[in-house]
Amino acid sequence: MSLFQIFNVSGSASSAQSQRLNTVASNLANADTVAGPNGQAYKARQVVFQTQPMGDVGAAGVRVSTVVEDNTPGRRVHDPKHPGADAEGYVTYSNVNPVEEMVNMISASRSYQNNVEVMNTAKNLLLKTLQLGQ
Amino acid sequence: MRQGHDGLDASHPEGLTMQRLTDALDFQSKALMLRSERQRLIASNIANADTPGYLARDLDFSRALKEATGQAAMAPLATSRAGHLGAAAGARAQPNLLYASPSQSNLDHNSVDMDRERAAFADNAVKYEASLRFINASVRMMLDAMKSHNQA
Repeated sequence: MSLFQIFNVSGSASSAQSQRLNTVASNLANADTVAGPNGQAYKARQVVFQTQPMGDVGAAGVRVSTVVEDNTPGRRVHDPKHPGADAEGYVTYSNVNPVEEMVNMISASRSYQNNVEVMNTAKNLLLKTLQLGQ
Repeated sequence: MRQGHDGLDASHPEGLTMQRLTDALDFQSKALMLRSERQRLIASNIANADTPGYLARDLDFSRALKEATGQAAMAPLATSRAGHLGAAAGARAQPNLLYASPSQSNLDHNSVDMDRERAAFADNAVKYEASLRFINASVRMMLDAMKSHNQA
């Protein structure tokens, strides 16, 4: 029955979207962290989605293939009084762009909602199919 | 001579009647299977709305239904050489899936149009339910026809 597979497909998509939301949350949480003792500030992370075939032809789920780090240099602010300042008095912040992360968050949340709605519809149709002939 | 669905001989009057009764059910159940197939395809498209490089797929419902009910011949595989294998009629397990043409170009080559998919999903769900109701109604009709006249 093809309708049962909708739960696998949409479930994998919701799981991938929630992982995306998770990276957005850690990026936003670390938006203002500065470079640690090793001189490396937090790097923004992004998930990469990939289609995952699910048995039958046409059933395509989603999985997170990798999580990539953004390698753009972090924001440098001149603040010699800051404990994390380097020899030249610059503090390196993480390279998280909060605007990009907010957009990412809204997009992930909308996609998640779409998949939940798909699962609800499939559930209703299956329940009605169970009552067939009664 | 055509055999009915349950091995009933169509040349006998009872066999013919039974076949007429189940023909309507057969058609609707095939439609129902194809509807659920299409529902799964659209769900896959919605699931992959953010996957780079994913191409949206869909099936031509009326053509698939015609093929499933035997009203249209499936295109046979061409055999141009002696060693080629020709597919028998009705051998294809899957209806041919088509790729949806993207309405807007996209930098990550994803061709899912969310508005179109959502609309198709809702439309397909309603039509699935319609098929369910048709089946329910014909089952009820058949049961009514089988009832004895002195039964309420």
